[in-house]
Amino acid sequence: MLSGPATAREASGVTLLEVEDLRVSFNTPDGVVQAVRGVSYHIEAGQTLGIVGESGSGKSVSTQTIMGLTRGALVSGRAMFEGQDLLTASPDQMRAIRGAKIGMVFQDPLSSLHPYYKVGWQIIEMIKLHDREISKDEAEKRAVELLRLVGIPQPDRRVNDYPHQFSGGMRQRAMIAMAMALNPALLIADEPTTALDVTVQAQVLRVIRRMQEVFGTAVILITHDLGVIADVADDVLVMYGGKVMERADRRTLFFASHHPYTEGLLQSMPAYGGERGRLRPIAGQPPSLLAPPPGCPFAPRCVYVMDRCRQEEPPLDPAGEEPGHLSACWLPHIAADREAIRRRVANVELAKSAGPAGA
Amino acid sequence: MATGQARETSPAPATAAPDGDDMLLRIESLVKYFPIKGTGLFREKEHVHAVDGVSLSVPRGQTFGVVGETGCGKSTLARCIARLHDVTSGRIVFDGQDITKLSQRRMRPLRREIQMIFQDPIGSLNPRRRVGSIIGDPYAIHGLAAGSERKRLVQELMERVGLNPEHYNRFPAEFSGGQRQRIGVARALAFRPKLIICDEPVSALDVSIQAQVINLLADLQADFGLTYIFIAHDLSVVRHVSNSIAVMYLGKVTEIAPADKLFTLPRHPYSGALLSAVPVPNPDLSDQRQQIILAGDVPSPIAPPSGCRFHPRCPKAAPVCVSDEPPLEPRLGDGPEHPAACHLPMAEGENLADFRPSISEDERVVEVEGSLLPDDAGPEATAIADALPARGEGGKP
Repeated sequence: MLSGPATAREASGVTLLEVEDLRVSFNTPDGVVQAVRGVSYHIEAGQTLGIVGESGSGKSVSTQTIMGLTRGALVSGRAMFEGQDLLTASPDQMRAIRGAKIGMVFQDPLSSLHPYYKVGWQIIEMIKLHDREISKDEAEKRAVELLRLVGIPQPDRRVNDYPHQFSGGMRQRAMIAMAMALNPALLIADEPTTALDVTVQAQVLRVIRRMQEVFGTAVILITHDLGVIADVADDVLVMYGGKVMERADRRTLFFASHHPYTEGLLQSMPAYGGERGRLRPIAGQPPSLLAPPPGCPFAPRCVYVMDRCRQEEPPLDPAGEEPGHLSACWLPHIAADREAIRRRVANVELAKSAGPAGA
Repeated sequence: MATGQARETSPAPATAAPDGDDMLLRIESLVKYFPIKGTGLFREKEHVHAVDGVSLSVPRGQTFGVVGETGCGKSTLARCIARLHDVTSGRIVFDGQDITKLSQRRMRPLRREIQMIFQDPIGSLNPRRRVGSIIGDPYAIHGLAAGSERKRLVQELMERVGLNPEHYNRFPAEFSGGQRQRIGVARALAFRPKLIICDEPVSALDVSIQAQVINLLADLQADFGLTYIFIAHDLSVVRHVSNSIAVMYLGKVTEIAPADKLFTLPRHPYSGALLSAVPVPNPDLSDQRQQIILAGDVPSPIAPPSGCRFHPRCPKAAPVCVSDEPPLEPRLGDGPEHPAACHLPMAEGENLADFRPSISEDERVVEVEGSLLPDDAGPEATAIADALPARGEGGKP
């Protein structure tokens, strides 16, 4: 019923990365911050997994930890990639994986590129580091090809430019070229377009998508923008308070979501082309991860909250009719039952807002 | 209505009296250049053409949106209106009074009526001062209300914007991002201004918090009859809050239209491309729509292109676009509320992707051969893919 149009890419069915019960915490002067609290997910080869969440939801920390980039953090759990647990891999093993097998693109390309070195040099260095036999000319030729591939005009000349001579969108494309230089099986893009204008964002997203089509790379795309998710993701992971709230394919998430947090997020967005009524924000603030509330982290802001939610933590269980649709919520899994509760809550809200006016 | 048509050399005869004028703000041919250093002995002064001949009118009690990409001049325009920058030429008429050349001293009473809310709620609040005294600043500066009277007024404001008045003595760091933005709103509201210029007020906030602030701004507008100039790069937010929207590109207004009209029937190809690039939070719509991906980047505002500034990237560009600058006027039978600066405006149902520019290659930005941007990159791209190492080959421990 909810099977997408033919444009959806076929997932290969081969699990590329499997994360199990990942927990990350940091010691700070204020106490222990539990940034990620038991996150499990998997991504198949060639698939695009979107991770969406607000500031402090743990979406960036979880992937950075997998790449071994959170020094000083207390980490537990497993992250299996090609039969190897990335969380226990030695620094040497990680160095061979980072870049060569898992590429990364970050939000701010200016701070990811070294300002003193030419863009081309930085790509060449990356290639030579992993391929000691390649000649300098060959490496440079490959750098030029990569820049051409991501749509940098006159790549044979621009390869000798410094990062400040590139525009924001070109820098981000150069970063993608660098991340793809060794043809990794997985690309992790952490808010790759957040700092860019919409027209440039569209260019960069298209580059990522085409890269994926040509190379068959799997992509983990971390973003706070549900519009970007709707554009490019196959499957979506919704994170909140260091936990996964819901996982669903793109269409199920937007049209038949289960978790109230997902519902709240979708309702907070101004509708595109729809009615311009009042927005329905989620009341309150995200929880403090120094002392996360017991039970469901979203309970204090949830309109459907029940007593059980404040005590027992809901497991990430199958929800709804779609296979692979998971939700961590105590609400009934049958859509009709849920709808009845939704209607009841909506009526209560309506009565509440009408109350003072009528008095 | 004279919406954005002040292209004549002599400005229109004396602006209408404040009474009966439904425009709170009129801007006529506003120009703001920033000088930059030239090189050489007889250095010629170069300028960044930040705002280059902008004319528009903002009706009372409405929200006027301004959208455009980084460097299009929207923030400079806002700062010129608030007289934070002196303008190079042109006129700003606020509430029937020409404020373009007012001295700082004579500007002072007007500052109460024009307020700004900034993007970064942390950067615009002094971390060492208590929130109560920050919000009370306007009263202190203008010498109105002191002591317990000031405290009462500030606490009323705090309550009005949804802050707990008991937090009067807290520091900005003790508030979350959304609450800090409410502090900024409270401060702007102190004197019940007529005009509030919101420069990216919700860009730094999370979606759920962003919606809270947008609703607050809407409530305040209804209660106090405020007029907003709302600047943002997020088009769906601007559409949600605005009555009419101006689109800017490289210092020029390219199109002004009622909010819904701009989204359903954009006339300027730049508006069309900009709108098509907005990610839509709806998988069905985003699969259906055809994205127009513009080639290249925005040109330098130091030496902007001739004629229509969008011509190097425009799919419809023709020789006339290179030679003549299109005036901002209603096109294809549109009403005076919907002017566009384009020689070849888009008709209804027209698809930008069907067009190819009819100007020579050195006049436009050309995409690279073999790049992945065009949809049909096929064979060449695969050839390049073959040149790369097979998976895993590069990773030698």
